[in-house]
Amino acid sequence: MNTITCPIPKIENERILLAHGGGGRMTGKLIHDIFYPAFSNPLLEQQHDGAVFNAGNSRLAYTTDSFVVDPIFFPGGDIGDLAINGTVNDLACCGAVPLYLTAAFIIEEGFAISDLKKIVSSMKRAADKAGVSIVTGDTKVVDRGKCDRIFINTSGVGIVLEGININPTRTKAGDAVIISGRIAEHGISILTCREGLSFESSIKSDTASLNNMLRNLLEEVPSVHVLRDPTRGGVASTLNEIAESANVTIELDEASLPVSPQVEAACELLGFDPLYVANEGGVLVIVPEEYAQKTTELLRNHPEGRNACRIGSVVSEGKAQVRLRTIVQSSRIVDMISGEQLPRIC
Amino acid sequence: MKYIDEYRNSPHFISLAEAIKRKCSRPCAIMEICGGQTHSIAKYQLESLLPESIELIHGPGCPVCVTPIEKIDLAVELSLRPNFIVASFGDMMRVPGSELSLLSAKARGADISIVYSPLDALALAQKHPDKEIVFLAIGFETTAPLHALVIKEAQRRGVRNFSLLTSLFTVPAALSSLLGDKDNRVNALLAAGHVCAVTGYGQYFRIARHFKTPIVVTGFEPMDILYGIYHALCLLEEKNYTVVNGYKRIVSAEGNTKAQEAINEVFEFCDNEWRGLGYIDQSGLKIRDSYQQFDALYRFKTERNIRKAAPVCISGAIMKGLSHPYRCDQFGKGCVPEHPLGAPMVSSEGVCAAYYRYMK
Amino acid sequence: MCLAVPGKVLSIDESVPDLRMSEVDFGGVIRNICTQWVDVEIGEYILVHAGVALCKVNTEEALATLNDFEFIASALEQQRNSD
Repeated sequence: MNTITCPIPKIENERILLAHGGGGRMTGKLIHDIFYPAFSNPLLEQQHDGAVFNAGNSRLAYTTDSFVVDPIFFPGGDIGDLAINGTVNDLACCGAVPLYLTAAFIIEEGFAISDLKKIVSSMKRAADKAGVSIVTGDTKVVDRGKCDRIFINTSGVGIVLEGININPTRTKAGDAVIISGRIAEHGISILTCREGLSFESSIKSDTASLNNMLRNLLEEVPSVHVLRDPTRGGVASTLNEIAESANVTIELDEASLPVSPQVEAACELLGFDPLYVANEGGVLVIVPEEYAQKTTELLRNHPEGRNACRIGSVVSEGKAQVRLRTIVQSSRIVDMISGEQLPRIC
Repeated sequence: MKYIDEYRNSPHFISLAEAIKRKCSRPCAIMEICGGQTHSIAKYQLESLLPESIELIHGPGCPVCVTPIEKIDLAVELSLRPNFIVASFGDMMRVPGSELSLLSAKARGADISIVYSPLDALALAQKHPDKEIVFLAIGFETTAPLHALVIKEAQRRGVRNFSLLTSLFTVPAALSSLLGDKDNRVNALLAAGHVCAVTGYGQYFRIARHFKTPIVVTGFEPMDILYGIYHALCLLEEKNYTVVNGYKRIVSAEGNTKAQEAINEVFEFCDNEWRGLGYIDQSGLKIRDSYQQFDALYRFKTERNIRKAAPVCISGAIMKGLSHPYRCDQFGKGCVPEHPLGAPMVSSEGVCAAYYRYMK
Repeated sequence: MCLAVPGKVLSIDESVPDLRMSEVDFGGVIRNICTQWVDVEIGEYILVHAGVALCKVNTEEALATLNDFEFIASALEQQRNSD
């Protein structure tokens, strides 16, 4: 047989690619190689969605997030409620009651003021629902073409509920893994209205604030180990991060994953795996087994958690891995996302 | 979804796996040709349901994996020209060329568009009459008629700023080449169901007879693949070197004759280079001269500057069943999905990506 | 090598010559699909690859294959009992 050759490509390392912002391995590498060494401090090294620290007699949670979603208006929401809910949920996932948010706007020259009004009023509605106030902000306008219509950054502070210690490192073998709702709805709703891929469907983004539901949960089940919203990179990537932090093996049950028939169909068409698609109104809850049933029931009492269900368990300690028990009862690895999922034909 | 779920989630999978075990009296190697089947096999870990005496060899049926590096380099080069838009399927975006992939060209300012259908690429050309739209048109016989359709449609609509950079492969010649290789160790073949949906399976009888290798036309869901393996074993046990259709809800003996006519009208056979396997006679399709105004190779003179590089990726040996991702020194080390050394680590149908993602 | 998905034809538009298009329902997601090469009627299922229908789904054969799964399973059961 002839020697088989395949030219080694010169890897493009020196520039930022979209995948560096995709929430997967490349994002992680960027943070570990560039941001952590530069900013190194004990709070940052908690590697959580927000920082938790003492201030006077309270423990505060502090977080920030930027929103660049395209399109800015999508079924089920817009960039405005997304910007509020995202930061509120990050605080709630620290076990905090969110209090105050900031909002900064980077707006492209020529952007319609009527659209800005629409976005701001959905921010107001989302803030009211979550019970937070937007207390300070900033506005910058850039030349046409320097940004895509509008980018929003929000940051927020909240007070961590007493006696609550949410931390991925607390994950233990025997814990139950619960998800508060159907997965992949946000990511698919965005895709279905992108140019070139347009599908007609009634799939809506799941964007919602979860702080009221999670406060109720933490008051009833204070021993919750982990809360994490599986946004970019989806359930698979978020669980991989948790598995790595706690050095545990998590096993999911494929048959129990809550995916709506429409989202499943859209994923079939595009060749996507719903485990890697972004969510904006769901939360992964890891609790000791004895509270699994109660947690699911409590979540189901809230409209945002009506489809809550258990999707797996933490099966062992000592090896960081996420596995899936397939519908044919075999077991396989669920890896972290590598780069954004792209629609495929093969 | 109807016609998928019943074949994915069936109560009978244990019985079918058990029936396969009982049928299998001696070691054998079965090649699934299609990367889509490889993906299913990895995703559902079907090998773990099979007896150890059955070895699955993951064949060359992934158009992304076999598209030669030169085509990627050409697409990248065109994409970096002013007023050019290169469109392709999402599959092709991360495949490494000798310097850049299409996605990294995008980071350098190239205008790259991901489309779901060739018809969407044509619509893009009509939307941007001031730009040249080059569609990197990859595929096997399943996708080739779609490219033929879009060329005919572009001609009918009089669209002049639209062309295809084609990388089209045909299965039968490649199979004959693989099975005729002196190192061949494949005992039975699972033919690619969706290719046969277009071509039918008439041409496969001769191959099965000539190489004494039974062929089963096979679908893509877990039950379809187990069913294909079951029939392959039955044929092997009977030494019956013929073709059986195990995907009858989709494939008919004659295939889709209208789609075949479209292929023949727009394309002609050519010798083709398969990345990892080399040149195979009459194993590809190229645009006929009568449609050359839609052929990007004809339209745009390009400077080809291909780097010579070391033989690191062993994809060819893997596709022939002579090696395995686990036996590659680079697998999971120098070669990972974020930094692929070869195409099989990129495509979701690529055998290395499938092993890395689901089994590493 | 080729991702293709079955869907149900909702309506057919023949206004463009040589490019028959149909609205196709994929489990609740609807997209316009080219059905130029298949003789299909509303309510029938087709197999779609990259926006184009490749063939009709043969519903009788679909059922026959499912029955064959059952047949293999029950034959195995009998074999087990006689072992």
